[in-house]
Amino acid sequence: MAIVAEFLIAALILVGAFFLLVGSFALAKLPDMMRRLHGPTKSTTLGIGSILIASMIFAVAVRGSLSLHELLITLFIFLTAPVTAFMISKAHILRDKRERANLPPTGTTNGWATLDAPTPTEEPARAESR
Amino acid sequence: MITLACQIAIGVIGLSLLFNVYRLVAGPDVLDRILALDTMTVNAIALIVVVAMFFEAPVYFEAALLFAMVGFLTTVSFCKYLLRGNVIE
Repeated sequence: MAIVAEFLIAALILVGAFFLLVGSFALAKLPDMMRRLHGPTKSTTLGIGSILIASMIFAVAVRGSLSLHELLITLFIFLTAPVTAFMISKAHILRDKRERANLPPTGTTNGWATLDAPTPTEEPARAESR
Repeated sequence: MITLACQIAIGVIGLSLLFNVYRLVAGPDVLDRILALDTMTVNAIALIVVVAMFFEAPVYFEAALLFAMVGFLTTVSFCKYLLRGNVIE
């Protein structure tokens, strides 16, 4: 039992470190802001979840006491990582005018859907103009 | 074996922190730097947890939780400042 738990903890730590490295390497390597956002928000979240699961198993198997701090950190990170990604992408959309000029033509007046006015009365007029 | 895995993981997380520092220094936009800081806090939390497993000390979890909260707050307030020109309106 102890050797199985030890293998499991070591494998989870190594998997988590690998995914953290993948996310950070994607942040350093990828050429565009929107592409760069994928690495830290998905791969890094997976990596830190794996490391926190390894820490919970470590607390039960080695120290013999149940530890719930990791569950709190996991919950907080898994709740906040999409919010930070959404805020960063929204700030990027609203700031980068040069990026907006290079977008392919859409049926709307603006390239990104988040820049349109949120009034529902615009919908039939936009369909007619297309 | 857990000690060896922790040593390898500490090295790998240090390497990924170096990648984040590169993006923090060389980022062409301010949003790249914000994203690099956010990734850096996540890597710091992972480093704290792995070091706590390495020394078998449970004291570090409050530090990890504080890093998670402060990292989220700084990222959101930076983006809010860039979006609105103000943090608290």
